Amino acid sequence: MSANLLALFYLISGILFILALRGLSSPETSRRGNYFGIAGMAISIIVTFLAAGNFGTGFIYVLIMLVVGGSIGAFIAFKIPMTAMPELVAGFHSLVGLAAVFVAISAFLNPEAFNLGVVGKIKLASLIEMSLGAAIGAITFSGSIIAFLKLRGIMSGAPITFKGQHLINLILGLAVILLIFYLCKSQLSSVFWSVVLISFLVGVLLIIPIGGADMPVVISMLNSYSGWAAAGIGFTLENTALIITGALVGSSGAILSYIMCKGMNRSFFNVILGGWGATDQPTNSKTQDQKPVKNGNADDAAFLMKNASSVIIVPGYGMAVAQAQHALREMVDALKKNGVKVSYAIHPVAGRMPGHMNVLLAEANVPYDEVFELEEINNDFANCDVAYVIGANDVTNPVAKSDPQSPIYGMPVLDVEKSKSVLFVKRSLSPGYAGIDNDLFYRDNTLMLFADAKKMTEEIVKSL
Amino acid sequence: MEIDPFIFRLSIFILSIFVGYYVVWSVTPSLHTPLMSVTNAISSVIIVGAIIAALAGTSENIFEISSIFGFLAIILAAVNIFGGFLVTQRMLQMYKKKKK
Repeated sequence: MSANLLALFYLISGILFILALRGLSSPETSRRGNYFGIAGMAISIIVTFLAAGNFGTGFIYVLIMLVVGGSIGAFIAFKIPMTAMPELVAGFHSLVGLAAVFVAISAFLNPEAFNLGVVGKIKLASLIEMSLGAAIGAITFSGSIIAFLKLRGIMSGAPITFKGQHLINLILGLAVILLIFYLCKSQLSSVFWSVVLISFLVGVLLIIPIGGADMPVVISMLNSYSGWAAAGIGFTLENTALIITGALVGSSGAILSYIMCKGMNRSFFNVILGGWGATDQPTNSKTQDQKPVKNGNADDAAFLMKNASSVIIVPGYGMAVAQAQHALREMVDALKKNGVKVSYAIHPVAGRMPGHMNVLLAEANVPYDEVFELEEINNDFANCDVAYVIGANDVTNPVAKSDPQSPIYGMPVLDVEKSKSVLFVKRSLSPGYAGIDNDLFYRDNTLMLFADAKKMTEEIVKSL
Repeated sequence: MEIDPFIFRLSIFILSIFVGYYVVWSVTPSLHTPLMSVTNAISSVIIVGAIIAALAGTSENIFEISSIFGFLAIILAAVNIFGGFLVTQRMLQMYKKKKK
């Protein structure tokens, strides 16, 4: 196959990948979009085989590796519970990162295979591209591993900070850049390996100071990095499909990070340089412990909602932890039978990754046209009888609108307090991730339901 | 005067960033999780590089050190490709409209 024909096929793959993302603009077209993506991938792989034209023993081994990896991937994809989606995505990012590192390493060790010159005399541009690809890939890998461990609960979600952390990160970052310069001059393999190793370290140090609820930003950021790493390798291999895909994925992750930061009214650097969790305000909670709280049970909640004409459900990460989405759907079904109008309100940063709540509700067979984003539904709280807050906390805190002193001031919140009554399912009065007390608990129209989200919802279903 | 092919690739890259920017803004927020899993799957097209690296060994010595890295990268990328597309498909199957 001629190089030109090959390049055209890669271009087709790239276009199919664009269509795959384009399909996600609505759920109806999304499934077709996914097939476009699969087709693009198949084309890329097949033409690469044809271009290599080497169908000897090596080819058999490649197929074996494909089958091994593919079966592991397929097995994970079918087994993984939807609540574990954030850690799955983090885990997958780490694999892309490591694959980029491996490809860069083999390009460095055997540049002839990629037409990049010979060992010790690799073309300057290629050397820069492959070392950048390797560095970003290594950061993506180790960063994603930390994110995975935190999301999985193997490592504590609390931010790990120490003195001089940012200075060390800065020095290491500069060291990577300087080493790449030195590599270009010397072509020494020891320098190349140092770049890779230091980048692994940077990835770890970058993610450990970031707390659990900031994970949506982190996952999106690592998504973006994995794209830039792929693009770097794409330049090295002079491969259009890889360059297009890298650019798409890189900008996709960047946009998601931006949306997540905006959902918390924080700058990207504020998130990256350590979270709210590190600067909680212990003074607040002391004085407010004595405030009276209205305490209710499942029967009260069932009575209130049965007699309402409209109910808005506000799910949060706690719903995912308690796996309460199916019980919630049953409750909503029972309410609908009673003629109650029910909708769902999703805050942009609810859960541990972008769109986390939507997937869980979809899993529980909630139709997607009953689920609304913050801007779409926020005005409806004023006309709604009951807001049922399940597993959300900071994203409903009215303090964000009223108290300029509060760390979450200015963050867009759901106007839950405007509804006639609020049912707040929570295990205790403990503050949320931001470490601040939720004013909503003490409002006259709030009824606290102290229980596990799933148990409480099931009890409500029974008494309905 | 001839234009360096690098400039062509750079043009493709920058134009793709713009395409990505507009396409991703039009993705509905409720599909942001599938967006992440599918971008993850497509970025594994890096497998192309892994295949070239793996097949670069001579027939007497398939497992040179550089091809071993290629083979390892194939496994990693294949996990991602199959895992990524299948889990996306599984998620997208769940999005249903209200029964009328």
